[in-house]
Amino acid sequence: MSLVLEIATTHVRARARQSLVAVLGVATGVGFAIMMSALMQGSQVDFVQALVNALPHITLSDDRPAPTVQPAERLYASAEIHGLIPHRRRKGIKNPLATMAALEGWMPGAIAPAVNTQVIMSYSGRDVSATVVGVDPAREPQVSNLAVKMRQGTIRSLYRATNGVLLGSRLARKIGARVGSNVSLTPPNNVRMNAEVVGIFHLGVRTADEGTIYTLAKTAQILADQIGLVNEMRFKLADPMIARDVAGRITAETGYLAVSWDEAHEELLSAFRLRENITVLMIGAILLVASFGTYNIVSTITHEKARDIAIMKSLGLRERTVRRIFVLEALMIGAAGAALGSLLGFALCLFLGSLEFEFSAFTDMTRMPILYSPAHYVTATAVALVSSGVAGFLPARKAARQHPVAIIRGAT
Amino acid sequence: MSAAAPVAPTGPLIEAVRLTRVLPETVPVTLVEDADLAVAAGEFVAVTGPSGSGKSSLLYLLGLLDQPSRGEIRLLGAPTAGLDGDARARLRLATLGFVFQFHFLLPEFTARDNVMLPMRALGRVGAAEMRERAEAILASLGLADHAGKRPDQMSGGQRQRVAVARALANAPAVILADEPTGSLDTRSGEQVFRLLRDLVDRDGTTVVAVTHSPEFAAGADRRIHMVDGRIVDDERRP
Ligand SMILES: Nc1ncnc2c1ncn2[C@@H]1O[C@H](COP(=O)(O)OP(=O)(O)OP(=O)(O)O)[C@@H](O)[C@H]1O
Ligand SMILES: [Mg+2]
Repeated sequence: MSLVLEIATTHVRARARQSLVAVLGVATGVGFAIMMSALMQGSQVDFVQALVNALPHITLSDDRPAPTVQPAERLYASAEIHGLIPHRRRKGIKNPLATMAALEGWMPGAIAPAVNTQVIMSYSGRDVSATVVGVDPAREPQVSNLAVKMRQGTIRSLYRATNGVLLGSRLARKIGARVGSNVSLTPPNNVRMNAEVVGIFHLGVRTADEGTIYTLAKTAQILADQIGLVNEMRFKLADPMIARDVAGRITAETGYLAVSWDEAHEELLSAFRLRENITVLMIGAILLVASFGTYNIVSTITHEKARDIAIMKSLGLRERTVRRIFVLEALMIGAAGAALGSLLGFALCLFLGSLEFEFSAFTDMTRMPILYSPAHYVTATAVALVSSGVAGFLPARKAARQHPVAIIRGAT
Repeated sequence: MSAAAPVAPTGPLIEAVRLTRVLPETVPVTLVEDADLAVAAGEFVAVTGPSGSGKSSLLYLLGLLDQPSRGEIRLLGAPTAGLDGDARARLRLATLGFVFQFHFLLPEFTARDNVMLPMRALGRVGAAEMRERAEAILASLGLADHAGKRPDQMSGGQRQRVAVARALANAPAVILADEPTGSLDTRSGEQVFRLLRDLVDRDGTTVVAVTHSPEFAAGADRRIHMVDGRIVDDERRP
């Protein structure tokens, strides 16, 4: 064993109880840091996963990114027109089939058309507003996981009734409708339609489960009072992470506004980033507090061992060597704390992961989403070691700089 | 035992020229003033003087533990003024051995491990040889049976002899001792004196020892007397 290591070991052993307290401090910090990282990242990944799986990656609507340009403005650069009532465009995406065919030519993924319209749904005297999404049962499974998220019935059940509808699980519960119930749908400015519930879906995304009704495209077109209307196209990409770029290209090519899933949930995602920063700060604070314990024990030892330090220096040990002894002591505490803390963190993750909860979040998970990642352990350990090293270095430097003569005089 | 570094064949081993140490306090304190001293290889020098006369201070300067305010120290013929902390430490480790009034042994280490400490810091020989050498030194000081004991398991005299053994660890050219018998009873004190005497006579080691004991001083080859930080008397035994 090296001399430095041997002396460091005897010091730590001589102060076993205090060193243990310091180790426990670091372990607690590391343990909770790991647990929090696992929980924070776990819930984020879980949520993003749910979004990415449940919803289309890109939604192309019939909105145009820029307001309508008047013909006169197109002609004369300096013209500015006021007080005009702009030409009211017919709703929907023009030539939907041709557009889809063109996009399918280059886009790495699947496309499905949809017809969106708002309705008031009534059942047994209760009214709720909902979004009707008219879909093509053949194409829909390629862009959303609706097909696999059916609790009752299938997408194809839509063909079974004249006006079949699939209800979100929360929506169905809210109005008390079941498969086979006859509900009525009232679009704004249009006549009421009777429809039959042919299936219940549960996407796991609260807003969708609470306010969406799936029908055949044809049914939705009747509700919107426009035959042939397609006002939305939905895309599923092989790689959801390129959605933003693809959406930009679609907008450029079609002139309609395409929004990627991450743009649509920008606020949520930036809330996640904020939460991430807060987590980092908190973990930093925990580990900083833990390193105070290390600082404390190492500086206690350096005071206690002032005589030994003086004699070692007078015998001819270099300042650097003496400093290393105490930094090593801090690192030993840090390493033991990190090892113990990793176990603690893992245990906490297992424990939290085993608990069942009823969350009222955006998704309806019942267990804490815990992400197990070696990176959490490596990072927490590295931070613990670095902060312990710093906590040890400060008293170590002071101790190593001490003039041996003063102490030797004092002791003789 | 031989000197660890080549000794300048003609010149003195330690040479102090107009050595002065003043503490820069608000009222400056002069510890040592204009001390001239040359110690040849194989000399046994006793430094005496009343309490507070600067004996310890002189020893710290000669041992490179403290730095002079003026004047210069040449060790083994080489000037020491320009050396940095590490170089001074290295020189202490390889060529000087210290013995203080207090033993200053590491309390958690056995006698053997304490003796091995300077060897390990120097790192010139392997672990097995260090151990062998440490035990040989301890045995030569009559401590063969105590090699495995910690300081708190030994008597004061034994501890002080272990401290001497540690000073001998790297076979230094010079041993600097500050009242090595100061805290010992007459018998143990005599033992430690004999030990130093033998080192000089047998191995040609140079010893500079501060002492308050007239017997100790009488047994040395040369006596330097200090008063108020100055060397006032320097007499060689005929
Ligand atoms: N840090 C200091 N501040 C002020 N005065 C000091 C300091 N260190 C030493 N002195 C003074 O310097 C003088 C010389 O001290 P030194 O220890 O060298 O004496 P000494 O001859 O070894 O005495 P003793 O025989 O009692 O050990 C003393 O008067 C002492 O009080
Ligand atoms: Mg003294």
